[in-house]
Amino acid sequence: MALDYSQKVMDHFMNPRNVGEIENADGVGEAGNPKCGDIMKIYLKVNPETNIIEDVKFKTFGCASAIASSSMATELIKGRTIEDAWNLTNNAVAEALDGLPPIKMHCSVLAEESIHAALNDYREKHGMPVIPMEHHED
Amino acid sequence: MFVYMDHTATTPTSPEVLQAMMPYFGENFGNPSSVYSFSRKSRAAIEKARTQVANALNADPSEIFFTSSGTEADNWSLKGTFEKGKSSGKTHIITSAIEHHAILHTCEYLHKVEGAEVTYLPVDAEGFVSVDDVRNAITDKTALVSVMFANNEVGTIEPVAEIGALCREKGVPFHTDAVQAAAHLKIDVKAMNIDMLSMSAHKMYGPKGVGALYLRKGLRPENFMHGGAQEKGRRASTENIAGIVGFGEAMEILQGRLADDLAVNSARRDRLIAGILERIPHAKLNGATGTHRLPNNVNFSFIGVEGETLLLDLDMKGISASTGSACSSESLDPSHVLMALGLKHEMAHGSLRFTLGRLTTDEQVDYVLDVLPEIVAKRRAMSPLWEDYLKSQEGK
Repeated sequence: MALDYSQKVMDHFMNPRNVGEIENADGVGEAGNPKCGDIMKIYLKVNPETNIIEDVKFKTFGCASAIASSSMATELIKGRTIEDAWNLTNNAVAEALDGLPPIKMHCSVLAEESIHAALNDYREKHGMPVIPMEHHED
Repeated sequence: MFVYMDHTATTPTSPEVLQAMMPYFGENFGNPSSVYSFSRKSRAAIEKARTQVANALNADPSEIFFTSSGTEADNWSLKGTFEKGKSSGKTHIITSAIEHHAILHTCEYLHKVEGAEVTYLPVDAEGFVSVDDVRNAITDKTALVSVMFANNEVGTIEPVAEIGALCREKGVPFHTDAVQAAAHLKIDVKAMNIDMLSMSAHKMYGPKGVGALYLRKGLRPENFMHGGAQEKGRRASTENIAGIVGFGEAMEILQGRLADDLAVNSARRDRLIAGILERIPHAKLNGATGTHRLPNNVNFSFIGVEGETLLLDLDMKGISASTGSACSSESLDPSHVLMALGLKHEMAHGSLRFTLGRLTTDEQVDYVLDVLPEIVAKRRAMSPLWEDYLKSQEGK
């Protein structure tokens, strides 16, 4: 079952976009835990004038779909406002990857959650109200 | 390069075995249970295979019962023994925490449905069951002890002869799942005091869909398969003649090369282990070393990397391997074996298993040693856990 991935998942897994860290990032967020075998960390560089995400990097420990989800999610929010980025759902990440195997859907959830955590970190540092985070069951 | 390093998952049916099987699909298709002379050939073929398997184990042919798989042999042995002893108050089963699911899930079933009390013995950091733990766990209610001969994930070889001697002394039936071990080690059921032993043909270059249970003379667990009078009325169902013939051939061929295979596999195994330790920093070998480890098993955890990613990266390079990571399982739980060895979750998720065999060459070992360090480094570079680990090491 491990190989039931779409070509897009395999592409983003083999050649992940936006890997790395941003020094002095404006927002950093993490989701997942080692117990489940997935940890995602997102770094944001945000223009304070426009609230546009100018750069985003990620580091992920996890399976191929976790790495692909992180990579795709960073592509989807780069160049967008923090409000737009907040509205990125895990389903949108999965769809952009041409789907994930059902048992791997939690990887896309992790992408959504780590982005939310990073956005809230930014909001907090910039005196904006923190948005309550929804926690998905899986 | 195509590199198959998953011989523990399964092996190809060897050409000689396949050749021996072929007549029993077509010309000798007779049902062994039929009376006419034509079906005698099928009967004779099964009895020849029974002798081949028995000889390999130092058993009597009458003690070998063919099944559809190692899993069926495990199920039969455990359920049949438990059901047999239940009425006389034998309701306790002793097994280990690192058994194959064919044993563990059968024990869970017996607990849930039949009310069996099951003791799961812990193992040490290398995966060894303690004989003293077995001794201390045995009560007058113990129906059987089932401890695997060698572990499929980490290759640790259990002290089977010592456990056998103990069980014989205590009068408790001893079953061992030898599905992996029988493909690599000389097994003597008499000398080792083994009462029941499960095997599978496809792990030893025989066909899939056939296994066997050795049942020491005098032991009569309840039947598992009910129906016709095949296998002396102990295991119903028309025999898989071609499969059984293949099993017998595979077993006989294996005995002839056991010592050579052991030497060749062990040397390659140790070279692969040493090479990985030398080339990849912070790699941890899981399981035992030397003669206490299956000669073909290499199992590592790489701090900071998840196993499935390594499998896919290796697959891109033509290498087939295996992992204990949750991400490659249906359940998302990491390997129960690695957890029982005391590995942290992230280390269990980061495990990688190479199992060598007849398809392995020295060039392939070199090739794996060439490509693996780069793959691990690439994935570590994008791992937040690796970053954390490096920071934690700085102060040391």
